[in-house]
Amino acid sequence: MNRILSMAQTEFRIALRNRWVAVAVAMMALFSLVLSAAGSAPTGALGADRLSVVVASLTSLAVYLVPLVALLMSFDALAGEVERGTLPLLLTYPLSRSEILLGKLLAHVAVLAIALAAGYGLAALAAWIGDDRALAGIPALWRLFWSSMVLGAVFLGAGYALSALSRRPSGAAGLAIGLWLGLIVLYDLGLLAALVADDGGRFTTDIFPWAMLANPADAFRLFNLAASEATAAAAGLAGAASSIPAWAALTSLALWPFAALALAVAAFRRVTP
Amino acid sequence: MLTLSHLTKRFDGVAALCDVSLSVAAGERVALLGHNGAGKSTLMKIVLGLIPHDEGTVEVLDTTPGSSRARDGVAYLPENVAFHPALSGREQIAHYLRLRGLPASGAMALLDRVGLGAAANRRIGTYSKGMRQRVGLAQALIGTPRLMVLDEPTSGLDPVSRRDFYAILDGLAAEGTAILLSSHALTEVEARTDRMVILSGGVIVAEGSMADLRRRATLPVRIVVTPSDIPCSTTTLLKALPGSEQEGEQVVLSCPQDEKLSVLVRIADLSDRIADIDIQPPSLEDIYSHYSRRAGQ
Repeated sequence: MNRILSMAQTEFRIALRNRWVAVAVAMMALFSLVLSAAGSAPTGALGADRLSVVVASLTSLAVYLVPLVALLMSFDALAGEVERGTLPLLLTYPLSRSEILLGKLLAHVAVLAIALAAGYGLAALAAWIGDDRALAGIPALWRLFWSSMVLGAVFLGAGYALSALSRRPSGAAGLAIGLWLGLIVLYDLGLLAALVADDGGRFTTDIFPWAMLANPADAFRLFNLAASEATAAAAGLAGAASSIPAWAALTSLALWPFAALALAVAAFRRVTP
Repeated sequence: MLTLSHLTKRFDGVAALCDVSLSVAAGERVALLGHNGAGKSTLMKIVLGLIPHDEGTVEVLDTTPGSSRARDGVAYLPENVAFHPALSGREQIAHYLRLRGLPASGAMALLDRVGLGAAANRRIGTYSKGMRQRVGLAQALIGTPRLMVLDEPTSGLDPVSRRDFYAILDGLAAEGTAILLSSHALTEVEARTDRMVILSGGVIVAEGSMADLRRRATLPVRIVVTPSDIPCSTTTLLKALPGSEQEGEQVVLSCPQDEKLSVLVRIADLSDRIADIDIQPPSLEDIYSHYSRRAGQ
């Protein structure tokens, strides 16, 4: 355990020095503030408190931003060690490859937590200043916070796997961007196109809900929107999958980090220094 | 501490190491010599369990290489050791100490021991190559390892640092640490190791102490004679000493080890013609290339 913590401490220090913490915090804070300013308009019409509405906007933001930040932090994690030539020495120390990955994961999740706390905290503060009923939205915001961390962990694990597979930072970066585009942007577009083409047929009723659950980003969105009724107004594609219960989305989201990390460990084991 | 027997390693069908047998006992310092690509680093990586081998057996601290018990007792210094540039030397060593289950507070003492105390809090990115090498040495000294594997440990070090480094190794060997190191610097290895192993094309071509290797190589001795009166003595000397040649102002001849005395007697007879005489035994480089060449390199 001490070895994992030492690994995490060192990685966190590196993230701090490489300005990753600053970049992630600035990015989350900026986007959250812009969203909370733009999302304040429909409050009266929906009858919901302002923070709950902001949480709906933040959910849509998090689906894009959290995986992106996670992949940006993780793509270099192993390929960078290979390129710098620091990996052979590290592997002669008495710690296993999964311990190395767990240490890195812990550090990167901590960076993500700081960035999310800053971003969501600012958004909450802005909402509270504009509306005293905003405190009612705190549980939704908390749910968004920890589920964002789980989503982040999924993509950190995926990033490590890509990093181990490509062994070169440039290659790993390309794969990471590809994964982000595929899972976050193209996947939903594809589903949407299929829904339109299917026009309420078997795909819509039988396959589509599973396809949503299979993608961790969609599962994250479904979980947050299904759990909070006020946010239903802001749901786009998720509106079509309203039949999926929150627990199913949560189960999918909870299983994904383990799957991603297992993939990363398997890929890392195949790296010979 | 370390036993290799009939070790063979192939990369894509090409043998990098072929039937290599070698052992290093506790307290013994063994130097591994060879050209670039002779298989030194490959051998070391196999000993560390970083890469698998194809045939033969490898025992490290009576267990398999790379097992957690082996890793507990083995220290490694890779060739061109690298660290994350954003960390300070002290933070890096503290991290390595904790990975070995030791308190991070020992970092300063280790850095002082390798002469980096003053730069301990600077980032490694600002270090020179020699300083990075010393961080590498500091991490290899953690916890008094039972076997040290050092891949060209003195590259990038100045002569004074090299001497200090070998003094540290002497201390460790005296405490029972087995040391396997590779080097190109033959002169420093000669005085500071107990045994040498010359590897060429993945095969051990010679093994023994420097004196053994020197004796077995039977390379000729070079005798350089400076004539007292140039050029007339030079001509006399060239005539009197068969096989001699003129090199600049000097007369040079080489002879087998066992004929050295008789040649010297002959030269002594010409003492009135001679200003100075210099006897050059085969250099380490000569001996080294003798063994390497014999293997067809």
